[in-house]
Amino acid sequence: MTNSTPILALEGVHKHFKAGRNTIRVLQDVSLSVTQGEIVCLVGESGCGKTTTGKIIAGLSSPTMGKVFFEGQDVRHLSGEAFNAYRRAVQIVHQDPYASLNPTQTLYRMLSFPLFRHRMVRTQSEARARVLELLQLVDLTPPEDFIDKFPHQLSGGQRQRVSIARALTVNPRLIVADEPVSMVDVSIRVSLLNTLSDLQRRLNLTFVFITHDLAVARYFAWEGRIAVMYLGRIVELGSAPEVTAQPQHPYTRALITSLPEPDPQLTRNKQRIGLRSEDIPSLLRIPNGCAFHPRCPWHVPTVCDVALPELARTESSSLAACHVTAQTAQHAAALAAQAQESN
Amino acid sequence: MTTATPSLPQARRFTLPRLGGIWSAIRRHPSGAIGLFGVTFFLLMAFVGPLIIPEPKVNVSARSQPPSAAFILGTDNQGKDIASQIVHGARPVITVALLTGILTTIVAITLGALAAFLGGLFDRVVNSAANFVLTIPYLVAMTVLASFIRLNSPITQALILTLWSWPVLMRTVRAQVLSLREREYVEAAVALNLGTPHIIFREILPNMASYIAISMILAMTSAIYAQIALITLGLVPLSDLNWGKMIFSARTTGAIYIADTVWFILAPVLAIALFQWSLVTLARSIEDVFNPRLRSGA
Repeated sequence: MTNSTPILALEGVHKHFKAGRNTIRVLQDVSLSVTQGEIVCLVGESGCGKTTTGKIIAGLSSPTMGKVFFEGQDVRHLSGEAFNAYRRAVQIVHQDPYASLNPTQTLYRMLSFPLFRHRMVRTQSEARARVLELLQLVDLTPPEDFIDKFPHQLSGGQRQRVSIARALTVNPRLIVADEPVSMVDVSIRVSLLNTLSDLQRRLNLTFVFITHDLAVARYFAWEGRIAVMYLGRIVELGSAPEVTAQPQHPYTRALITSLPEPDPQLTRNKQRIGLRSEDIPSLLRIPNGCAFHPRCPWHVPTVCDVALPELARTESSSLAACHVTAQTAQHAAALAAQAQESN
Repeated sequence: MTTATPSLPQARRFTLPRLGGIWSAIRRHPSGAIGLFGVTFFLLMAFVGPLIIPEPKVNVSARSQPPSAAFILGTDNQGKDIASQIVHGARPVITVALLTGILTTIVAITLGALAAFLGGLFDRVVNSAANFVLTIPYLVAMTVLASFIRLNSPITQALILTLWSWPVLMRTVRAQVLSLREREYVEAAVALNLGTPHIIFREILPNMASYIAISMILAMTSAIYAQIALITLGLVPLSDLNWGKMIFSARTTGAIYIADTVWFILAPVLAIALFQWSLVTLARSIEDVFNPRLRSGA
């Protein structure tokens, strides 16, 4: 993957919502950079801020604090054509295929509006040819059968493909896919995911893939990275194989061990991590120190409930925000240094 | 795999099968058909009828007659044919109702959609204006207005009526737009940078089309009541013949006390009631015409 300026970067992004007298801190100090052609999965349970992060990346919501950089430029200072370029370069595919397509438009209308608007086609016949091409691209074949249909005539999976085709109309470089398969039938999830990764490879797209399902993340982002979020913060960030094989943060570990494996023997014998509490704390009362400490089995009193852990290197090459793993890593590093000295 | 062969754009262009939609909606709801029939009947009566049926003439030898073969609905105290008066008195009422309905809808949609979209100061100003208008009892205001504005042209009447009818529809349009703009397809349109006019007119308003049509019809019905009230109370110059004037005359000449001339007052009242009922019945079945689910008929 290229190592030039990242296509998109978040730096210390906070997002607060006001609810009456309360302030809900949905995102706190989120930093993440995405390079061209990469797949980054945001994983976490509901309310952890994945979707808000996606919306901020897509420019549909602006951060309360912190900065968003598109190709190294602060998006707040983009204007005119530069802003339009950013808007076109980053597209979003929503979670609910039943809410994301306008029920009053046929697929042709829906997909040709952006083409005309951005002067990518001039005549109706050009537009039609391009729309057919796009439908083909998302595996709605034969496209002639679909082009004049209304959304209500399609299944959930087909609608989701239309949603992807609509995002592709403006030749984007980055697509924020917000749980694109969570609301479609399990039976067609894999084929939808395959279409997405196929598109990613063919068009050299960058994906920010949001999901609550680690199994989906593992499948889709095998060559990419996974960012695990908990209560508005990234708690672990690393390459997909590493995060899933050697989870460093106890929360990631809990998520991984709760995944059912195809082999029942394996699932049964899996070492489950015992959480101290099943309940996610309210966003209105985020615990002090490490937000995970009330549930964490490794909780160290007077450390975890006081100080906020930073994302730091761990024993593996991924980053994790945990006091305990940080200490183990330090300890291991010290041991390694000792071993070297004695040699 | 299938090769991408974009078929040549056929002559089959995208068209809204509106007429077919109306037809299938009628078949699905016979009451809607009755409403449509009623409205068509009244429109024809108002705009074509006067060309066929002669104007009512004063006829001293046939005063206050009960219904008969010559005069289907009898005659009034001047010997004028009541049936013919109904035909000739329809147009002013219906014209003002149509104008008011259209004007109210345009004003309410523009202000409501903009208030919801722009928010801030504009939203507050529009809302305060609406609240202000809603607190003024309109008949009292009309009485005052009528004393120094000549309400004789249909346009002025429609404008004055619109002044009092836009707030209710504006508020509901605003509420609907506020809810629709949060839809994900609107968000997708924002991400695709399609522009605010596109979002309002192509993404949001089509989803409110049936609602708007129904509101327009209902605005027409209230415009009729308001107008008749003004005329019956004598607040509008009585130069033209219309249903309101008929009620006014029937009341002031004591027609309501004579059994033979009861049709003088009953006929306009029934005409208004029937026309209103047709409009409301039509409005009820209009939902289907705009619903793409039912429209496509696939």
